[in-house]
Amino acid sequence: MHGPLAHPWTEGDTLAQHLERTGITRREFLAFCRDLSIVLGLGTVAGKQVAAALQQVKRPSVIWLQLQECTGCVESVLRTAEPTIGNLLLDLVSLDYSHTLMAAAGHAVESAKEAAMKANFGQYLLVVTGSIPTKDGGIYTVVGGRTCQDILEEAAKGAAAILAVGACAHWGSVQAARPNPTGAVGVRDIIKNKPVINIAGCPPIGDVVTATVVHFLTFNRLPDMDAEGRPLFAYGARIHDQCPRRANFDAGQFVEVFDDDAARRGWCLYKVGCKGPATFSPCPIFQWNTRTSWPIGAGHPCIGCTEPHFWDTMSPFYERLPDVGGFGVEQRVDILGAALALGATAGVVAHAAATGIHQARERKRQLPVIEPPSGGPPPSNT
Amino acid sequence: MAVTKVVVDPITRIEGHLRIEVEADNGRIAKSWASSTQFRGIELVMEGRDPRDAWAFTQRICGVCTVVHAVASCRAVEDALGIKIPANANLIRNLVHGMQFIHDHVIHFYHLHALDWVDVVSALKANPEGTAGIAKKISPWPNNSATYFAEIQERLKKFVGSGQLGIFANGYWGHPAYKLPPEVNLLAVAHYLEALDWQRDVVRLHTIFGGKNPHPNFLVGGMASAINLDDTATINAERLTDIRDMITRARRFVEQVYWPDLVAIAGFYKDWAAIGGGVPHFMSYGEFPEGDIGDLDKLYFPRGIVLDMDLTRVHPFEPERVQEFINSSWYEYPGGDEQGLHPYDGETKAKYTGPKPPWEYLQGLPKYSWMKSPRYDGRPMQVGPLARALVGYASGHQEIREMVKQVLDTLQVGPAALFSTLGRTAARGMETVLLARQMDRWYAALVDRIKSGDTQTFSRDKWEPSTWPAESKGFGWLDAPRGALGHWVRIKDGKISKYQCVVPSTWNCSPRDGKGQLGPYEASLVDNHPLVRPDQPLEILRTIHSFDPCMSCGVHVLDPRGALLTSVKVQ
Repeated sequence: MHGPLAHPWTEGDTLAQHLERTGITRREFLAFCRDLSIVLGLGTVAGKQVAAALQQVKRPSVIWLQLQECTGCVESVLRTAEPTIGNLLLDLVSLDYSHTLMAAAGHAVESAKEAAMKANFGQYLLVVTGSIPTKDGGIYTVVGGRTCQDILEEAAKGAAAILAVGACAHWGSVQAARPNPTGAVGVRDIIKNKPVINIAGCPPIGDVVTATVVHFLTFNRLPDMDAEGRPLFAYGARIHDQCPRRANFDAGQFVEVFDDDAARRGWCLYKVGCKGPATFSPCPIFQWNTRTSWPIGAGHPCIGCTEPHFWDTMSPFYERLPDVGGFGVEQRVDILGAALALGATAGVVAHAAATGIHQARERKRQLPVIEPPSGGPPPSNT
Repeated sequence: MAVTKVVVDPITRIEGHLRIEVEADNGRIAKSWASSTQFRGIELVMEGRDPRDAWAFTQRICGVCTVVHAVASCRAVEDALGIKIPANANLIRNLVHGMQFIHDHVIHFYHLHALDWVDVVSALKANPEGTAGIAKKISPWPNNSATYFAEIQERLKKFVGSGQLGIFANGYWGHPAYKLPPEVNLLAVAHYLEALDWQRDVVRLHTIFGGKNPHPNFLVGGMASAINLDDTATINAERLTDIRDMITRARRFVEQVYWPDLVAIAGFYKDWAAIGGGVPHFMSYGEFPEGDIGDLDKLYFPRGIVLDMDLTRVHPFEPERVQEFINSSWYEYPGGDEQGLHPYDGETKAKYTGPKPPWEYLQGLPKYSWMKSPRYDGRPMQVGPLARALVGYASGHQEIREMVKQVLDTLQVGPAALFSTLGRTAARGMETVLLARQMDRWYAALVDRIKSGDTQTFSRDKWEPSTWPAESKGFGWLDAPRGALGHWVRIKDGKISKYQCVVPSTWNCSPRDGKGQLGPYEASLVDNHPLVRPDQPLEILRTIHSFDPCMSCGVHVLDPRGALLTSVKVQ
């Protein structure tokens, strides 16, 4: 799907060498170090020491843009356990721009971002949370006086790769639900010339985000993705196929109403609206918050938040999906594919080989179309 | 000295997008403008949806306040449909919301607010022995050895020595407003890191009851997490033990780390007890029902209003007196922009009149924010921990009174000190201590009910839309970590016909109203407020962060006739 990317910090590749390659002179570099040491309160004489240290730099630069969003994805990454956020920040990467965590504000934080983008041009990993409102010249989210599209396009230029984290960066999420008042779109709708990986979910599990970062740093490339741009290591399987309550589904044991005897025995939530049969997500495998539990594990149906346009295609959340009947894994996969394809807009899905990557790549067209709420035009970014 | 125009945008270490502009004159702030620069229109999206889905949509207003909109939404729909939730569900919601407060306030203190007071670079100069001595003096917390602090310092040295300062780059290190000795700075840095680990652990209470965090699941009519002591997939003794231990660890950290640190740090910044007071009116909707939600005498934090800093009297809160104004907001009202509208009758027509981006200044423009101006009886109101503390104090809430007295005595300041930037920060810590203790009681009450054989978590009577009236309306109120939150819903023929939220950060970040009254952020910034170095606006961050801004929460729009928004024009 895409070739290997250059490691931001390959063996023996120091910041000084990067800078040389990207056209920043040693003189400019030393001036930067002197300024930095003043900012640090170390005085001008420390500039040379800072320069010496900087030339040994090994931690890859990460620039994190927060656009039109709710900060839930940042919070999710704060919960990551493998690695912990402390290790990530102090040992693994250099988080050179983050609204939520940066000490500085205003001009100082913007200039820190500019410096990091310049020093690491072509090498940094760009993380984006939030959508890009495109209506009316982008006035619906303005940061530092600039529109999201302006900010994203500038930051994308020097990025080695882009992680679109969460449903907003993926396709626009809740603000892009009908009638999408601000014309919100995802990163891939704006940036076409860079590898973009979608860490789907509202929010995604924090560990999937950090695992993708670690994958990039360890293997010098982004992981393989499905047609939605989601990494297969996390989104390669349907919830329904991994669900511990699957045996109850197969046995016809369903919760009919919340808190009934079936609910108190942990039976299948399909009849109270579970979207697990149409949702590709690592929830049942990775689980949430240091593998404590996950939505179905806590008795609530899946709302399908890793799938594009789930606010419209998966709601009402407590209404059941179109028939997902049938018994036996192979047969059911075929029936499901056929049943869901009936409602799909992209035409009939050829669904003979319901295995592995092929299945995953077809998943977009397997999404059910459930009666959407009345009124309003369709989402603008489909 | 000439007047200096200062723009701070983005304000970092908050939720969302906030722009502050001030005019500084001779080291003081003379004028201020607070602008919310993000608009998403979520409530507009909700028209025609199933009201039982509303909690999930409104929850996505904010991933930091990830519990509060969901609960307020459930309460609004339950109010509209006349649904009474089971006592167990109420206790579970209290536990989930209580942990939201504790988690949120601790993260706010260490990760969003501390760097306004703590000079990270200064910690490099600390003597770890000295830090250990201070740590032992103020708390029994076991991570208090010189070896431990030396190790933290070494890690920090390595980090700074790498030259890659990451999140600390371009901070205002060495600014004269930083007053802590290096040893206290090192203590705070150590706890910054410990709090990162702590928050990941205790928030798992949300995961057990709601399946995940952020954005745990809720349910109109109760909670979806069924209780059965004899099943593997339900709330059973194993899960309850995990919850119990989390509550214990949460309380221990709050009592032994957060609170002692806050008091110790506050001791070096007493001058901030006379800075940034601002709007003198305070409002709390009250929170944590300990009986039926309609029984307002059984709220752990009481409901009420304090006017003009007068703590001898609590005024009742009457929901019909809430109005929203748009004199300075990028909206228009069909009936004229001078009107104030109650949320049940709220109108929202976005009308952007600001400059074409990129912006230089918004100050001086008649309209400058996506935030509306909510007013109670025509007055701006401060909401949040300080409002709860003051309303609680004035109501005679024993635990709040003791806590306030303790902190005033320790810091050797008078009650006037509460009305300040430092007062807001201290009040947040006080209520965290109280709630960390209260969690034990709610947990015990839940266990007692289960013991007595009551495991019901959901009221099913009015789940089916066929049981609903043709038309209904409801008010879902709640006092969230950042303050008074209201959701107003109208339901018609089983669908949402109107939805409006008036949230804490809208109250606090509201722009000027038609009478020229500043909102609380703005008023605080011009209340005896210093700004020593306009290019390093550390003092602005202190006061703004003392409110714990949540901008995504603050800006919302609802219009039942969604088509209106499509006519938005630039200029």
